[in-house]
Amino acid sequence: MGKTIAEKLLARSAGLAQVKAGDIITARVDCAMMDDILGPRVVIAEQLEKLQAEIWDRERVVVICDHYSPAATIQQADIVAFTRRWAKAQGIRNYVEGQGPCHQILAEKGFFRPGSLVVGTDSHTCTGGAFGCFSTGIGSTEMLGVLVTGEIWLRVPESLSFDFHGVLQPGVMAKDMILRVIGDIGHGGATYMAMEFSGETIRALPMDERMCISNMAVEAGAKAGLIAADEKTAAYLAAHGCDSGFTPITSDADAVYRQCYQYDVATLEPLVAAPHHVDQVYPARELAGTHIDSAYIGSCTGGRLSDLQAAAEILRGRRVAAGCRLLVSPASQTIWRQAAASGLLSVLADAGATILAPSCGACLGVHSGLLAAGESGISTTNRNFRGRMGSPESKVYLASPATVAAAAVAGKIVDCREFCRESGGGR
Amino acid sequence: MNTFIQGYAHKFGDDINTDLISPAQYMELSLAEMAAHAMEGADPDFAAKMRKGDIIVAGKNFGSGSSRETAPLALLGAGVALIVAESFARIFYRNCINTGLPVLICPTAGQIAEGDLLAVDLAQGKIRDLSNGSEHAADQLPPHLLRLLSHGGLLGDLQQRLNHKEADPCTRK
Repeated sequence: MGKTIAEKLLARSAGLAQVKAGDIITARVDCAMMDDILGPRVVIAEQLEKLQAEIWDRERVVVICDHYSPAATIQQADIVAFTRRWAKAQGIRNYVEGQGPCHQILAEKGFFRPGSLVVGTDSHTCTGGAFGCFSTGIGSTEMLGVLVTGEIWLRVPESLSFDFHGVLQPGVMAKDMILRVIGDIGHGGATYMAMEFSGETIRALPMDERMCISNMAVEAGAKAGLIAADEKTAAYLAAHGCDSGFTPITSDADAVYRQCYQYDVATLEPLVAAPHHVDQVYPARELAGTHIDSAYIGSCTGGRLSDLQAAAEILRGRRVAAGCRLLVSPASQTIWRQAAASGLLSVLADAGATILAPSCGACLGVHSGLLAAGESGISTTNRNFRGRMGSPESKVYLASPATVAAAAVAGKIVDCREFCRESGGGR
Repeated sequence: MNTFIQGYAHKFGDDINTDLISPAQYMELSLAEMAAHAMEGADPDFAAKMRKGDIIVAGKNFGSGSSRETAPLALLGAGVALIVAESFARIFYRNCINTGLPVLICPTAGQIAEGDLLAVDLAQGKIRDLSNGSEHAADQLPPHLLRLLSHGGLLGDLQQRLNHKEADPCTRK
Protein backbone atom coordinates (compact mmCIF):
# COMPACT_ATOMS: atom_id res chain seq x y z
CA MET A 1 0.00 0.00 0.00
CA GLY A 2 1.28 3.46 -0.89
CA LYS A 3 2.38 5.99 1.68
CA THR A 4 1.62 9.68 2.20
CA ILE A 5 4.34 12.29 2.75
CA ALA A 6 3.31 12.40 6.43
CA GLU A 7 3.82 8.64 6.81
CA LYS A 8 7.18 8.74 5.02
CA LEU A 9 8.47 11.69 7.04
CA LEU A 10 7.48 10.15 10.36
CA ALA A 11 8.88 6.72 9.42
CA ARG A 12 12.21 8.44 8.81
CA SER A 13 12.01 10.31 12.13
CA ALA A 14 11.15 7.11 13.99
CA GLY A 15 13.93 5.15 12.30
CA LEU A 16 11.40 2.65 10.98
CA ALA A 17 11.08 1.15 7.50
CA GLN A 18 7.46 2.22 7.37
CA VAL A 19 4.62 3.46 9.53
CA LYS A 20 0.91 3.84 8.87
CA ALA A 21 -1.74 6.30 10.01
CA GLY A 22 -2.82 5.50 13.55
CA ASP A 23 0.55 4.10 14.68
CA ILE A 24 2.05 5.65 17.79
CA ILE A 25 5.76 6.21 17.31
CA THR A 26 8.69 7.71 19.16
CA ALA A 27 10.29 10.21 16.80
CA ARG A 28 13.75 11.82 16.92
CA VAL A 29 13.49 15.61 16.78
CA ASP A 30 15.80 17.41 14.32
CA CYS A 31 15.06 20.94 15.54
CA ALA A 32 13.33 22.23 18.69
CA MET A 33 12.28 25.89 18.64
CA MET A 34 11.17 27.94 21.63
CA ASP A 35 9.77 31.45 21.47
CA ASP A 36 9.66 34.03 24.27
CA ILE A 37 5.97 33.88 25.24
CA LEU A 38 5.75 30.07 25.68
CA GLY A 39 9.42 29.15 25.82
CA PRO A 40 11.74 28.80 28.84
CA ARG A 41 9.59 31.01 31.11
CA VAL A 42 6.65 28.58 31.11
CA VAL A 43 7.56 25.42 33.05
CA ILE A 44 10.70 24.70 30.99
CA ALA A 45 13.50 26.63 32.75
CA GLU A 46 12.27 25.84 36.26
CA GLN A 47 11.64 22.15 35.67
CA LEU A 48 14.78 21.51 33.63
CA GLU A 49 16.70 22.65 36.68
CA LYS A 50 14.60 20.54 39.06
CA LEU A 51 15.09 17.47 36.87
CA GLN A 52 18.84 18.19 36.94
CA ALA A 53 18.78 17.24 33.27
CA GLU A 54 20.85 18.48 30.35
CA ILE A 55 19.61 19.59 26.94
CA TRP A 56 20.08 16.61 24.63
CA ASP A 57 21.70 18.55 21.76
CA ARG A 58 22.22 22.31 22.01
CA GLU A 59 22.87 22.70 18.28
CA ARG A 60 19.37 21.41 17.52
CA VAL A 61 17.73 23.98 19.81
CA VAL A 62 16.67 27.45 18.61
CA VAL A 63 15.38 30.24 20.87
CA ILE A 64 13.64 33.21 19.24
CA CYS A 65 12.22 36.30 20.99
CA ASP A 66 9.50 37.56 18.70
CA HIS A 67 6.14 37.95 20.49
CA TYR A 68 7.34 40.42 23.13
CA SER A 69 10.02 42.06 21.03
CA PRO A 70 10.19 45.02 20.90
CA ALA A 71 8.65 44.96 24.37
CA ALA A 72 5.69 47.22 25.16
CA THR A 73 5.67 46.73 28.94
CA ILE A 74 8.20 46.07 31.67
CA GLN A 75 6.78 42.55 32.13
CA GLN A 76 7.34 41.81 28.44
CA ALA A 77 10.86 43.24 28.63
CA ASP A 78 11.57 41.06 31.67
CA ILE A 79 10.37 37.96 29.82
CA VAL A 80 12.64 38.72 26.85
CA ALA A 81 15.58 39.39 29.18
CA PHE A 82 14.90 36.14 31.06
CA THR A 83 14.76 34.18 27.80
CA ARG A 84 18.01 35.76 26.58
CA ARG A 85 19.84 34.98 29.84
CA TRP A 86 18.50 31.43 29.93
CA ALA A 87 19.60 30.71 26.33
CA LYS A 88 23.06 32.05 27.12
CA ALA A 89 23.37 30.06 30.35
CA GLN A 90 22.30 26.90 28.50
CA GLY A 91 24.94 27.48 25.83
CA ILE A 92 22.35 27.78 23.03
CA ARG A 93 24.06 29.49 20.11
CA ASN A 94 20.93 29.67 17.94
CA TYR A 95 19.44 32.66 19.76
CA VAL A 96 17.60 35.34 17.76
CA GLU A 97 15.90 38.47 19.11
CA GLY A 98 13.94 41.23 17.45
CA GLN A 99 14.38 39.93 13.93
CA GLY A 100 10.80 38.86 13.31
CA PRO A 101 8.27 36.03 13.83
CA CYS A 102 9.99 32.72 14.62
CA HIS A 103 8.68 30.75 11.66
CA GLN A 104 10.10 33.19 9.13
CA ILE A 105 13.43 33.12 10.98
CA LEU A 106 13.45 29.29 10.94
CA ALA A 107 12.80 29.41 7.18
CA GLU A 108 15.53 31.94 6.44
CA LYS A 109 18.12 30.22 8.62
CA GLY A 110 17.54 26.80 7.08
CA PHE A 111 16.00 25.08 10.11
CA PHE A 112 13.02 23.90 8.02
CA ARG A 113 15.09 21.15 6.38
CA PRO A 114 13.15 19.05 3.86
CA GLY A 115 12.64 15.59 5.33
CA SER A 116 13.25 16.66 8.94
CA LEU A 117 11.09 16.83 12.09
CA VAL A 118 10.71 20.26 13.70
CA VAL A 119 8.70 21.05 16.84
CA GLY A 120 8.08 24.52 18.25
CA THR A 121 6.21 26.13 21.14
CA ASP A 122 4.02 28.06 18.71
CA SER A 123 1.05 26.55 16.93
CA HIS A 124 2.07 28.05 13.58
CA THR A 125 5.22 25.94 13.53
CA CYS A 126 3.26 24.05 10.84
CA THR A 127 4.63 26.77 8.49
CA GLY A 128 7.64 24.47 7.97
CA GLY A 129 5.42 22.02 6.10
CA ALA A 130 5.97 24.25 3.05
CA PHE A 131 9.53 22.86 2.95
CA GLY A 132 8.46 19.20 2.98
CA CYS A 133 9.41 19.12 6.63
CA PHE A 134 7.17 17.57 9.33
CA SER A 135 6.84 20.65 11.49
CA THR A 136 4.30 21.05 14.26
CA GLY A 137 3.39 23.08 17.35
CA ILE A 138 3.68 21.67 20.87
CA GLY A 139 3.17 22.91 24.41
CA SER A 140 5.83 23.99 26.88
CA THR A 141 5.87 20.84 29.03
CA GLU A 142 6.05 18.75 25.87
CA MET A 143 9.05 20.87 24.84
CA LEU A 144 10.69 20.13 28.18
CA GLY A 145 10.37 16.42 27.35
CA VAL A 146 11.96 17.02 23.95
CA LEU A 147 14.83 19.03 25.44
CA VAL A 148 15.60 16.24 27.89
CA THR A 149 15.15 13.23 25.59
CA GLY A 150 15.44 14.53 22.01
CA GLU A 151 12.30 12.52 21.34
CA ILE A 152 8.55 12.94 21.18
CA TRP A 153 5.70 10.44 20.87
CA LEU A 154 3.43 11.12 17.94
CA ARG A 155 0.39 9.46 16.49
CA VAL A 156 0.94 9.10 12.73
CA PRO A 157 -1.85 11.24 11.27
CA GLU A 158 -4.30 10.40 8.53
CA SER A 159 -3.95 12.81 5.62
CA LEU A 160 -6.34 15.02 3.68
CA SER A 161 -5.25 15.76 0.10
CA PHE A 162 -5.86 19.20 -1.45
CA ASP A 163 -4.99 19.23 -5.14
CA PHE A 164 -4.98 22.61 -6.90
CA HIS A 165 -4.91 23.25 -10.62
CA GLY A 166 -5.37 26.30 -12.81
CA VAL A 167 -3.87 29.79 -12.71
CA LEU A 168 -4.76 32.40 -10.07
CA GLN A 169 -6.49 35.55 -11.34
CA PRO A 170 -4.76 38.89 -10.75
CA GLY A 171 -5.51 39.98 -7.17
CA VAL A 172 -6.05 36.39 -5.94
CA MET A 173 -3.35 34.96 -3.69
CA ALA A 174 -2.32 31.88 -1.68
CA LYS A 175 -4.20 33.37 1.30
CA ASP A 176 -7.43 33.09 -0.70
CA MET A 177 -6.61 29.42 -1.47
CA ILE A 178 -6.18 28.47 2.17
CA LEU A 179 -9.18 30.55 3.31
CA ARG A 180 -11.28 28.68 0.71
CA VAL A 181 -10.07 25.33 2.10
CA ILE A 182 -10.71 26.28 5.74
CA GLY A 183 -14.10 27.71 4.81
CA ASP A 184 -14.95 24.37 3.19
CA ILE A 185 -13.69 21.93 5.83
CA GLY A 186 -14.20 24.10 8.92
CA HIS A 187 -12.16 25.30 11.88
CA GLY A 188 -11.82 21.72 13.17
CA GLY A 189 -12.06 19.97 9.80
CA ALA A 190 -8.52 18.56 9.85
CA THR A 191 -8.12 17.98 13.60
CA TYR A 192 -5.38 15.41 14.33
CA MET A 193 -4.73 15.05 10.57
CA ALA A 194 -2.07 16.17 8.13
CA MET A 195 -3.13 18.41 5.25
CA GLU A 196 -1.21 17.78 2.06
CA PHE A 197 -1.22 20.46 -0.65
CA SER A 198 -0.29 19.52 -4.22
CA GLY A 199 -0.93 20.16 -7.89
CA GLU A 200 0.27 22.49 -10.60
CA THR A 201 -0.92 25.64 -8.81
CA ILE A 202 1.08 24.77 -5.69
CA ARG A 203 4.17 23.92 -7.77
CA ALA A 204 3.90 27.32 -9.49
CA LEU A 205 3.70 29.23 -6.18
CA PRO A 206 6.85 30.87 -4.79
CA MET A 207 7.99 29.69 -1.33
CA ASP A 208 6.57 32.86 0.28
CA GLU A 209 3.09 31.89 -0.86
CA ARG A 210 3.50 28.20 -0.02
CA MET A 211 4.42 29.17 3.56
CA CYS A 212 1.19 31.18 3.85
CA ILE A 213 -0.79 28.03 3.03
CA SER A 214 1.10 25.68 5.37
CA ASN A 215 1.02 28.32 8.12
CA MET A 216 -2.77 28.21 8.33
CA ALA A 217 -3.11 24.40 8.43
CA VAL A 218 -3.50 24.62 12.21
CA GLU A 219 -6.53 26.88 11.71
CA ALA A 220 -8.32 23.77 10.44
CA GLY A 221 -6.93 21.87 13.44
CA ALA A 222 -4.22 20.06 11.46
CA LYS A 223 -1.01 18.68 12.87
CA ALA A 224 0.94 19.55 9.71
CA GLY A 225 0.43 21.31 6.37
CA LEU A 226 2.72 19.52 3.96
CA ILE A 227 3.99 20.49 0.51
CA ALA A 228 6.57 18.28 -1.25
CA ALA A 229 9.96 19.99 -1.49
CA ASP A 230 11.11 20.71 -5.06
CA GLU A 231 13.49 22.93 -7.04
CA LYS A 232 11.82 26.08 -5.64
CA THR A 233 12.51 24.85 -2.12
CA ALA A 234 16.16 24.24 -3.03
CA ALA A 235 16.44 27.68 -4.65
CA TYR A 236 14.98 29.38 -1.54
CA LEU A 237 17.40 27.60 0.77
CA ALA A 238 20.34 28.40 -1.53
CA ALA A 239 19.32 32.06 -1.79
CA HIS A 240 19.40 32.27 2.01
CA GLY A 241 22.84 30.69 2.22
CA CYS A 242 21.53 27.40 3.64
CA ASP A 243 22.30 23.81 2.70
CA SER A 244 20.04 23.21 -0.31
CA GLY A 245 20.68 19.51 -0.85
CA PHE A 246 17.95 17.03 0.06
CA THR A 247 16.26 13.84 -1.09
CA PRO A 248 12.78 14.75 -2.33
CA ILE A 249 9.95 12.95 -0.53
CA THR A 250 6.59 12.73 -2.28
CA SER A 251 3.41 10.78 -1.66
CA ASP A 252 2.94 7.54 -3.55
CA ALA A 253 0.32 7.50 -6.31
CA ASP A 254 -1.64 4.88 -4.34
CA ALA A 255 -1.25 6.58 -0.94
CA VAL A 256 -4.34 6.34 1.26
CA TYR A 257 -6.10 9.58 2.21
CA ARG A 258 -9.02 10.18 4.53
CA GLN A 259 -10.42 12.44 1.81
CA CYS A 260 -9.26 14.13 -1.42
CA TYR A 261 -10.31 17.61 -2.50
CA GLN A 262 -9.84 19.14 -5.97
CA TYR A 263 -9.74 22.89 -6.60
CA ASP A 264 -9.70 24.82 -9.86
CA VAL A 265 -8.27 28.17 -8.80
CA ALA A 266 -9.20 29.91 -12.07
CA THR A 267 -12.61 30.59 -10.52
CA LEU A 268 -11.25 31.52 -7.07
CA GLU A 269 -11.94 35.10 -6.02
CA PRO A 270 -10.63 37.31 -3.20
CA LEU A 271 -12.00 36.03 0.11
CA VAL A 272 -12.42 37.37 3.65
CA ALA A 273 -12.86 35.46 6.93
CA ALA A 274 -15.40 37.36 9.01
CA PRO A 275 -15.42 37.70 12.84
CA HIS A 276 -14.96 35.70 14.98
CA HIS A 277 -14.11 32.41 13.27
CA VAL A 278 -11.50 31.62 10.61
CA ASP A 279 -13.99 29.40 8.76
CA GLN A 280 -16.59 32.19 8.32
CA VAL A 281 -15.34 32.75 4.79
CA TYR A 282 -17.10 34.99 2.26
CA PRO A 283 -16.20 36.49 -1.13
CA ALA A 284 -14.83 40.00 -0.45
CA ARG A 285 -17.53 41.43 -2.74
CA GLU A 286 -20.25 40.08 -0.40
CA LEU A 287 -18.76 42.05 2.50
CA ALA A 288 -18.07 45.11 0.34
CA GLY A 289 -18.78 48.34 2.17
CA THR A 290 -17.90 47.00 5.65
CA HIS A 291 -16.18 49.90 7.45
CA ILE A 292 -12.51 49.37 8.35
CA ASP A 293 -10.62 51.39 11.00
CA SER A 294 -7.30 49.56 10.84
CA ALA A 295 -5.53 47.49 8.19
CA TYR A 296 -2.56 45.29 9.10
CA ILE A 297 -0.05 43.68 6.74
CA GLY A 298 2.45 41.48 8.53
CA SER A 299 3.09 38.30 10.54
CA CYS A 300 4.29 34.76 9.77
CA THR A 301 1.22 34.42 7.53
CA GLY A 302 1.22 37.59 5.46
CA GLY A 303 4.31 39.79 5.91
CA ARG A 304 6.74 38.31 3.38
CA LEU A 305 8.32 40.10 0.44
CA SER A 306 5.72 38.87 -2.08
CA ASP A 307 3.00 40.09 0.32
CA LEU A 308 4.53 43.56 0.51
CA GLN A 309 4.87 43.57 -3.30
CA ALA A 310 1.19 42.67 -3.72
CA ALA A 311 0.21 45.47 -1.33
CA ALA A 312 2.52 47.95 -3.06
CA GLU A 313 1.00 47.23 -6.45
CA ILE A 314 -2.34 48.40 -5.11
CA LEU A 315 -1.01 51.24 -2.96
CA ARG A 316 1.38 52.75 -5.55
CA GLY A 317 0.10 56.23 -6.34
CA ARG A 318 -2.86 55.87 -3.98
CA ARG A 319 -3.53 57.02 -0.40
CA VAL A 320 -4.89 55.27 2.64
CA ALA A 321 -8.45 56.51 3.24
CA ALA A 322 -8.98 59.28 5.77
CA GLY A 323 -9.97 57.76 9.13
CA CYS A 324 -8.27 54.46 8.35
CA ARG A 325 -4.78 53.43 9.46
CA LEU A 326 -2.46 51.02 7.66
CA LEU A 327 0.24 49.24 9.67
CA VAL A 328 2.93 47.20 7.91
CA SER A 329 5.28 44.84 9.75
CA PRO A 330 7.68 43.01 7.40
CA ALA A 331 7.99 39.38 8.59
CA SER A 332 11.74 39.60 9.23
CA GLN A 333 14.65 41.99 9.42
CA THR A 334 15.89 40.46 6.13
CA ILE A 335 12.58 41.18 4.42
CA TRP A 336 12.55 44.68 5.95
CA ARG A 337 15.95 45.43 4.42
CA GLN A 338 15.05 43.91 1.05
CA ALA A 339 11.82 45.91 0.96
CA ALA A 340 13.70 49.07 1.92
CA ALA A 341 16.40 48.52 -0.71
CA SER A 342 13.91 47.88 -3.51
CA GLY A 343 11.84 50.95 -2.63
CA LEU A 344 8.79 48.94 -1.55
CA LEU A 345 8.71 50.46 1.92
CA SER A 346 8.73 53.95 0.39
CA VAL A 347 5.77 53.08 -1.82
CA LEU A 348 3.87 51.88 1.25
CA ALA A 349 4.90 54.84 3.40
CA ASP A 350 4.06 57.31 0.60
CA ALA A 351 0.57 55.82 0.58
CA GLY A 352 0.31 56.58 4.30
CA ALA A 353 1.38 53.28 5.86
CA THR A 354 3.16 53.17 9.22
CA ILE A 355 6.12 50.78 8.90
CA LEU A 356 6.62 48.75 12.09
CA ALA A 357 9.35 46.47 13.39
CA PRO A 358 9.23 42.78 12.44
CA SER A 359 7.29 41.20 15.33
CA CYS A 360 4.29 39.07 16.34
CA GLY A 361 2.88 41.87 18.54
CA ALA A 362 -0.15 43.13 16.63
CA CYS A 363 -1.29 39.67 15.45
CA LEU A 364 -2.06 38.49 18.99
CA GLY A 365 -2.87 41.91 20.39
CA VAL A 366 0.04 42.41 22.78
CA HIS A 367 1.66 45.51 21.21
CA SER A 368 2.19 47.56 18.02
CA GLY A 369 -1.33 48.74 17.22
CA LEU A 370 -4.30 47.20 19.01
CA LEU A 371 -7.97 47.59 18.13
CA ALA A 372 -10.27 49.60 20.40
CA ALA A 373 -13.78 48.54 21.43
CA GLY A 374 -16.08 49.02 18.48
CA GLU A 375 -13.27 49.15 15.91
CA SER A 376 -12.94 46.83 12.93
CA GLY A 377 -9.62 45.68 11.54
CA ILE A 378 -8.65 43.76 8.42
CA SER A 379 -5.47 41.77 8.58
CA THR A 380 -3.18 39.40 6.68
CA THR A 381 -2.69 37.35 9.88
CA ASN A 382 -4.09 33.92 10.72
CA ARG A 383 -6.67 34.28 13.52
CA ASN A 384 -9.75 36.42 14.01
CA PHE A 385 -10.89 35.01 17.36
CA ARG A 386 -12.83 37.43 19.58
CA GLY A 387 -10.36 39.87 21.14
CA ARG A 388 -7.42 38.47 19.19
CA MET A 389 -6.04 41.84 18.04
CA GLY A 390 -7.26 44.01 20.89
CA SER A 391 -10.58 44.69 22.61
CA PRO A 392 -13.07 41.80 22.92
CA GLU A 393 -15.49 44.34 21.48
CA SER A 394 -13.46 44.76 18.28
CA LYS A 395 -13.80 42.80 15.05
CA VAL A 396 -11.08 41.20 12.91
CA TYR A 397 -11.46 40.28 9.24
CA LEU A 398 -8.76 38.10 7.66
CA ALA A 399 -7.71 38.52 4.03
CA SER A 400 -4.80 38.56 1.58
CA PRO A 401 -2.33 41.48 1.44
CA ALA A 402 -3.97 42.64 -1.81
CA THR A 403 -7.41 42.68 -0.19
CA VAL A 404 -6.09 44.37 2.97
CA ALA A 405 -4.30 47.06 0.92
CA ALA A 406 -7.43 47.69 -1.13
CA ALA A 407 -9.50 47.98 2.06
CA ALA A 408 -7.02 50.52 3.46
CA VAL A 409 -7.39 52.67 0.33
CA ALA A 410 -11.18 52.45 0.35
CA GLY A 411 -11.62 52.60 4.15
CA LYS A 412 -13.95 49.66 3.74
CA ILE A 413 -13.86 46.10 2.42
CA VAL A 414 -13.79 46.00 -1.40
CA ASP A 415 -13.01 43.40 -4.05
CA CYS A 416 -9.33 44.21 -4.69
CA ARG A 417 -9.66 43.18 -8.34
CA GLU A 418 -11.27 46.58 -8.96
CA PHE A 419 -7.91 48.16 -8.11
CA CYS A 420 -5.93 45.55 -10.04
CA ARG A 421 -7.90 46.31 -13.18
CA GLU A 422 -7.59 50.07 -12.73
CA SER A 423 -3.81 49.85 -12.38
CA GLY A 424 -3.65 47.33 -15.24
CA GLY A 425 -1.56 45.01 -13.16
CA GLY A 426 -1.99 43.01 -10.02
CA ARG A 427 -0.73 39.56 -9.54
CA MET B 1 -4.13 8.18 40.72
CA ASN B 2 -7.68 8.99 41.71
CA THR B 3 -9.60 8.02 38.61
CA PHE B 4 -12.93 8.92 40.18
CA ILE B 5 -13.94 12.57 39.83
CA GLN B 6 -17.10 14.23 41.09
CA GLY B 7 -17.99 17.83 40.41
CA TYR B 8 -20.47 20.32 39.01
CA ALA B 9 -20.70 21.03 35.28
CA HIS B 10 -19.88 24.40 33.73
CA LYS B 11 -21.28 24.38 30.21
CA PHE B 12 -19.68 25.91 27.07
CA GLY B 13 -20.44 25.65 23.35
CA ASP B 14 -18.37 24.77 20.29
CA ASP B 15 -14.98 26.18 19.22
CA ILE B 16 -13.94 27.59 22.61
CA ASN B 17 -10.46 28.70 21.51
CA THR B 18 -7.32 29.24 23.55
CA ASP B 19 -7.56 33.03 23.19
CA LEU B 20 -10.85 32.82 25.11
CA ILE B 21 -9.49 30.35 27.69
CA SER B 22 -6.20 32.24 28.24
CA PRO B 23 -6.44 35.76 26.75
CA ALA B 24 -3.08 36.97 25.41
CA GLN B 25 -3.09 40.20 27.42
CA TYR B 26 -2.74 38.21 30.66
CA MET B 27 0.01 35.89 29.41
CA GLU B 28 2.80 38.08 30.73
CA LEU B 29 1.42 37.65 34.28
CA SER B 30 2.29 34.88 36.74
CA LEU B 31 0.34 31.61 36.51
CA ALA B 32 -1.61 32.41 39.69
CA GLU B 33 -2.65 35.79 38.30
CA MET B 34 -3.47 34.22 34.94
CA ALA B 35 -5.74 31.64 36.60
CA ALA B 36 -7.96 34.46 37.91
CA HIS B 37 -8.72 35.29 34.25
CA ALA B 38 -9.26 31.69 33.03
CA MET B 39 -12.09 31.44 30.46
CA GLU B 40 -12.65 35.19 30.74
CA GLY B 41 -13.09 35.53 26.98
CA ALA B 42 -15.95 33.01 26.99
CA ASP B 43 -17.48 33.82 30.40
CA PRO B 44 -16.18 36.85 32.34
CA ASP B 45 -17.68 35.45 35.59
CA PHE B 46 -16.12 32.00 35.30
CA ALA B 47 -13.41 32.44 37.93
CA ALA B 48 -15.96 33.75 40.44
CA LYS B 49 -18.42 30.89 39.83
CA MET B 50 -15.78 28.18 39.75
CA ARG B 51 -15.36 25.89 42.77
CA LYS B 52 -12.34 23.65 43.08
CA GLY B 53 -13.07 20.25 41.56
CA ASP B 54 -15.69 21.48 39.07
CA ILE B 55 -15.91 20.07 35.56
CA ILE B 56 -15.99 21.93 32.23
CA VAL B 57 -18.45 20.42 29.74
CA ALA B 58 -18.20 21.71 26.18
CA GLY B 59 -19.09 21.08 22.55
CA LYS B 60 -16.85 20.48 19.58
CA ASN B 61 -13.21 21.52 19.06
CA PHE B 62 -12.53 22.73 22.60
CA GLY B 63 -9.13 24.45 22.89
CA SER B 64 -8.63 25.33 19.24
CA GLY B 65 -5.94 27.74 18.13
CA SER B 66 -2.74 28.51 19.98
CA SER B 67 -0.25 26.05 21.48
CA ARG B 68 -0.31 28.12 24.70
CA GLU B 69 0.05 25.80 27.67
CA THR B 70 -1.16 28.69 29.77
CA ALA B 71 -4.66 27.53 28.76
CA PRO B 72 -4.64 24.21 30.68
CA LEU B 73 -2.40 25.72 33.38
CA ALA B 74 -4.90 28.54 33.97
CA LEU B 75 -7.77 26.04 34.15
CA LEU B 76 -5.81 23.87 36.59
CA GLY B 77 -5.02 26.98 38.63
CA ALA B 78 -8.72 27.86 38.69
CA GLY B 79 -9.44 24.40 40.14
CA VAL B 80 -10.88 22.61 37.09
CA ALA B 81 -10.70 18.83 37.71
CA LEU B 82 -11.75 17.55 34.30
CA ILE B 83 -12.84 18.69 30.83
CA VAL B 84 -15.51 16.71 29.00
CA ALA B 85 -16.08 17.77 25.39
CA GLU B 86 -17.53 16.39 22.18
CA SER B 87 -14.07 16.87 20.64
CA PHE B 88 -10.79 18.64 21.38
CA ALA B 89 -8.22 20.54 19.35
CA ARG B 90 -5.01 18.54 19.03
CA ILE B 91 -2.35 20.64 20.77
CA PHE B 92 -4.66 21.58 23.62
CA TYR B 93 -5.54 17.90 24.19
CA ARG B 94 -1.85 16.97 24.45
CA ASN B 95 -1.15 19.97 26.68
CA CYS B 96 -3.88 18.85 29.09
CA ILE B 97 -2.49 15.32 29.37
CA ASN B 98 1.05 16.69 29.71
CA THR B 99 0.08 19.07 32.52
CA GLY B 100 -2.03 16.44 34.30
CA LEU B 101 -5.48 17.85 33.50
CA PRO B 102 -7.81 14.94 32.61
CA VAL B 103 -9.81 15.21 29.39
CA LEU B 104 -12.62 12.99 28.09
CA ILE B 105 -14.15 12.93 24.62
CA CYS B 106 -17.91 12.38 25.01
CA PRO B 107 -20.23 12.56 21.97
CA THR B 108 -23.28 13.23 24.16
CA ALA B 109 -21.70 16.00 26.27
CA GLY B 110 -24.29 18.40 24.83
CA GLN B 111 -27.04 16.66 26.82
CA ILE B 112 -25.42 17.57 30.16
CA ALA B 113 -26.90 20.73 31.67
CA GLU B 114 -25.22 23.65 33.42
CA GLY B 115 -24.83 22.94 37.13
CA ASP B 116 -25.44 19.16 36.87
CA LEU B 117 -23.50 17.09 39.40
CA LEU B 118 -21.34 14.56 37.53
CA ALA B 119 -19.65 11.41 38.82
CA VAL B 120 -16.92 10.32 36.44
CA ASP B 121 -14.91 7.12 36.23
CA LEU B 122 -11.91 8.31 34.25
CA ALA B 123 -10.36 4.91 33.57
CA GLN B 124 -13.65 3.44 32.31
CA GLY B 125 -14.77 6.59 30.48
CA LYS B 126 -18.15 6.55 32.26
CA ILE B 127 -20.01 9.73 33.20
CA ARG B 128 -23.07 9.60 35.49
CA ASP B 129 -25.20 12.69 35.66
CA LEU B 130 -26.39 12.54 39.29
CA SER B 131 -28.80 15.43 38.73
CA ASN B 132 -31.04 13.32 36.46
CA GLY B 133 -29.63 9.79 36.61
CA SER B 134 -28.53 9.69 32.97
CA GLU B 135 -25.30 8.01 31.88
CA HIS B 136 -22.87 9.11 29.18
CA ALA B 137 -20.15 7.03 27.55
CA ALA B 138 -16.84 8.73 26.81
CA ASP B 139 -13.94 7.42 24.72
CA GLN B 140 -11.63 5.43 26.98
CA LEU B 141 -8.24 7.06 27.39
CA PRO B 142 -5.47 4.95 25.82
CA PRO B 143 -3.27 3.23 28.45
CA HIS B 144 -0.21 5.41 27.77
CA LEU B 145 -2.24 8.59 28.34
CA LEU B 146 -3.75 7.19 31.56
CA ARG B 147 -0.22 6.38 32.65
CA LEU B 148 0.92 9.96 31.97
CA LEU B 149 -2.06 11.27 33.96
CA SER B 150 -1.32 8.86 36.78
CA HIS B 151 2.14 10.47 37.05
CA GLY B 152 0.53 13.92 37.20
CA GLY B 153 1.50 14.63 33.62
CA LEU B 154 4.63 14.44 31.51
CA LEU B 155 6.84 16.03 34.17
CA GLY B 156 6.20 13.30 36.75
CA ASP B 157 6.66 10.76 34.00
CA LEU B 158 10.01 12.29 32.99
CA GLN B 159 11.17 12.25 36.61
CA GLN B 160 10.41 8.54 36.85
CA ARG B 161 12.12 7.79 33.56
CA LEU B 162 15.21 9.83 34.42
CA ASN B 163 15.45 8.21 37.85
CA HIS B 164 15.13 4.73 36.40
CA LYS B 165 16.88 5.45 33.08
CA GLU B 166 13.85 4.02 31.30
CA ALA B 167 12.98 4.43 27.65
CA ASP B 168 9.54 5.81 26.84
CA PRO B 169 7.36 2.81 27.76
CA CYS B 170 4.43 3.94 25.64
CA THR B 171 6.16 3.14 22.39
CA ARG B 172 9.16 0.97 23.19
CA LYS B 173 8.42 -2.73 23.29
